[in-house]
Amino acid sequence: MGIMSVPSTTPRPAAANSVWPRLEPLLPQVTKPIQYVGGELGAVVKDWDTAAVRWALMYPDAYEVGLPNQGVQILYEVLNELPDVLAERTYAVWPDLEKLMRAHGVPQFTVDAHRPVRDFDVFGVSFSTELGYTNLLTAIDLAGIPLLAADRTDADPVIVAGGHAAFNPEPIADFVDAAVLGDGEEAVLEITTIVREWKAEGSPGGRDELLLRLARTESVYVPRFYDVDYLPDGRIQRIVPNRPDVPFRVHKRTTMDLDAWPYPKKPLVPLAETVHERYAVEIFRGCTRGCRFCQAGMITRPVRERSITTVGQMVQQGLEFSGFHEVGLLSLSSADHSEIGDMCSGLAQQYEGTNVSLSLPSTRVDAFNIDLAQELSRNGRRTGLTFAPEGGSERIRKVINKMVSKEDLIRTVVTAYTNGWRQVKLYFMCGLPTETDADVLEIADMAHEVIRAGRAATGSKDIRCTVSIGGFVPKPHTPFQWASMERPEVIDHRLKLLKQAINADRSLGRAIGFRYHDGEPSLIEGLLSRGDRRVGAVIRRVWENGGRFDGWSEHFSYQRWVDAAAEVLPAFGVDLDWYTIRERDELEVLPWDHLDSGLDKDWLWQDWQDALVEYEQDDCRWTPCFDCGVCPSMDTEIQIGPTGRKLLPLTPVNGLKVPTAAPQ
Amino acid sequence: MRRAGVPIAFSQGFTPHPKISYASAAPTGVASEAEYLEIGLREPVDPEQLRAALDAALSPGLDVLDAVVAQGGSLADRIEASHWRIELPEVEPAALERAVAAFTAAEEVLVERMTKQGRRTFDARAAVMSIDLIPPVATPSEAPGVSCAILELVVRQVTPSVRPDDVLSGLRVAADLEPPVSPRVTRLAQGTLTAQGAIVDPLDADRDGASIGGR
Ligand code: B12
Ligand code: SF4
Repeated sequence: MGIMSVPSTTPRPAAANSVWPRLEPLLPQVTKPIQYVGGELGAVVKDWDTAAVRWALMYPDAYEVGLPNQGVQILYEVLNELPDVLAERTYAVWPDLEKLMRAHGVPQFTVDAHRPVRDFDVFGVSFSTELGYTNLLTAIDLAGIPLLAADRTDADPVIVAGGHAAFNPEPIADFVDAAVLGDGEEAVLEITTIVREWKAEGSPGGRDELLLRLARTESVYVPRFYDVDYLPDGRIQRIVPNRPDVPFRVHKRTTMDLDAWPYPKKPLVPLAETVHERYAVEIFRGCTRGCRFCQAGMITRPVRERSITTVGQMVQQGLEFSGFHEVGLLSLSSADHSEIGDMCSGLAQQYEGTNVSLSLPSTRVDAFNIDLAQELSRNGRRTGLTFAPEGGSERIRKVINKMVSKEDLIRTVVTAYTNGWRQVKLYFMCGLPTETDADVLEIADMAHEVIRAGRAATGSKDIRCTVSIGGFVPKPHTPFQWASMERPEVIDHRLKLLKQAINADRSLGRAIGFRYHDGEPSLIEGLLSRGDRRVGAVIRRVWENGGRFDGWSEHFSYQRWVDAAAEVLPAFGVDLDWYTIRERDELEVLPWDHLDSGLDKDWLWQDWQDALVEYEQDDCRWTPCFDCGVCPSMDTEIQIGPTGRKLLPLTPVNGLKVPTAAPQ
Repeated sequence: MRRAGVPIAFSQGFTPHPKISYASAAPTGVASEAEYLEIGLREPVDPEQLRAALDAALSPGLDVLDAVVAQGGSLADRIEASHWRIELPEVEPAALERAVAAFTAAEEVLVERMTKQGRRTFDARAAVMSIDLIPPVATPSEAPGVSCAILELVVRQVTPSVRPDDVLSGLRVAADLEPPVSPRVTRLAQGTLTAQGAIVDPLDADRDGASIGGR
């Protein structure tokens, strides 16, 4: 036994513009105050005065969700590696602290050095979901920045939105100054260069000139430079630049050669509990499986693999730096990596006997096999396994182009059971285009058969599966962008029928867990994802009426959104239904048509027609290119292995890691 | 522990836990200069090397000052009292003096707090061995020009434990003292009590007289 003495805090010297002295007294009065103190391993605090360009980066959700976010961590590190650039992080504060901050005049702050967000040059916000929009408004307002981009002055930072939701930033066009589509690594460097030069020149032309310079890159969208005209029936007539020197279309960014961007190198290690405490490394970006509902797969094309050797190196350094004992091999469909087998067995071998476990967050049924199952469980711990057939019937899986057969699924799940897993999660969607009650009820059959086959194969009654159902939300830049949504009542009714069907067999039903989201939040997500600039007024009204943390069921209020929509939309001659359950036709101008994800709109329309006749599309990694449009328009190409290299076992380093030079 | 390469022992069982136990951890929102913990190891290590490795692995602000090899007995048994400092910005020293006098004069001061077992009422007076006003010049205040009263307390470890916020509740009960701003609390020391009421470093008992740590 050893005993030691650790003082829990020694005061950190406060930065000159730090709000810490005013914030600290408020913290004892709020829940989980540790989330606001910063000081994590991997956090960087730089000198304010010598920085030429200063970024505040936000994930607009609670610290526990936002901190593990890869996108923000990557950009934070890329920016802070530049000697004359400073990047700090800020997250959404919970309503208890928001109230106190308002009462005591404490502005939105960064957790790194507790500096006011308004003092920064650029305020970058990462949206992986649209449900963070109300939290954006809270942050802008708490920061003391005018809510409307049009009201801002040279004293305010430029607010830039990024992440997947930024592929249609129209609903927040009034509140952000700019949006970046696609990969951020090079985009933030380019923005930094422009801001640095503009400041060095003495900020000529003020804010307008800076935004113009950003817009001229053709990959930063500045909404104020575009006008939207509407037809009498409410549809969009056109979206066109309102000045001669900005591009008609803004293009997405694609970072090629992921081996050249091995981030995060120094992952943030939270002091407070978060949703994920693991070292995550993206093993590839992009996915061409072509699931028609999947925005992520459509907008991140083409597939770019990170090589097995770079992944091995990143894992080694990342674990050493962070002390994490779980490694997540992240991507949109991790088992599809051309060298996934060697990667998993190599890593399992390297970390044999060390408590380090591996997980594959997104695994396709058809790519999972016994070898992989064994490698994942080699170190004794079995992290959860989730498979996503998405659709209950063979027919609906053809509509969505998720080509897994029931036999494949059962075989895969049984593999997992016979390899020691006792619990498997199956993920489905409800409300898909052309879906009927019968399609959804087949989920029950599938779950029953999984349990039956699992019991037969293992001879044990001690196996379970959880059926988890999410509501379908049509997303921009997908073949389903024209689709109508189902009403929440219909969704809820189908889920009720499904639950009854699962429990119709008592013995099997007992081994099946059932989790679902109601139809209501999905409908609102649908409003936000396919919304146009007029939806901004709804977001604002909801926020004014107290809307916060809409991604959290305990904070989300459907009624508040319905009421706000009913209040503001009729003035534009449209309503909530118009945005959600209305099917669009081929010629309608969509709010994001001027934003170029590389996908050819005609190809998307054809794929939508193919969906309706249940015609499947192949994967361009293994079959010839089918001209989705991305590679030629973005000047990109598929980058996949195999490289044929293997991971060599590491020489284990044992013993205490005592620093050579004692830190002062 | 992982980053420092500490050969930590794990509990047996289905979900093994690293063997770490904290003795009388300071409450949330309180600063501390003296926290103690006990760790179980798979193999012997040099305490000074352990200290240096852990110190390097922890975030700035979390400093490991000392480590010794436990000679037996539980660490928790050696925590008999805590020494606290409470800074009360915007409180007039004179008002505080009156409150302290009323508190000290009372035989029992009943206070309430939510505990894991629910709301409890208990005496905050008996456990307080000393409560002294410190002249404000002794500590720099971050908000100059604002008066700031400072208290130092020595409180015995009892059940339910009496924490600095309980003593503050006691001052409210005894003399209506209501600090306008949240007080700042720091634990200065904790350990075994001598007959004279002084606090002794709990690691001393394992130290054979000579300090191994880098203090
Ligand atoms: C890990 C993960 C989670 C984790 C962790 C989330 C977190 N804190 O980051 C958990 C389990 C919590 C989670 C939850 C959810 N997730 Co999730 N998740 C993922 C996963 C597997 C990886 C995300 C990731 O790290 N990507 C890698 C990073 C580097 O990419 P990135 O964040 O997009 O960042 C890059 C760019 O976008 C850009 N960028 C990002 N921000 C900014 C900002 C600026 C200013 C700029 C210039 C650029 C920029 O630069 C970055 C580097 O190139 C993805 C699948 C995938 N592979 O992407 C799904 C995924 C993102 N999740 C998804 C969904 C739907 C959800 C949930 C809504 C699920 C639900 N119904 O509850 C929730 C939402 C949680 C929330 N409130 O944010 C979907 C998004 C769907 C879509 N857009 O169409 C995805 C794509 C999965 C899928 N195929 O459906 N998720
Ligand atoms: S352009 Fe061709 S190769 Fe490139 S992602 Fe599209 S289908 Fe695949």
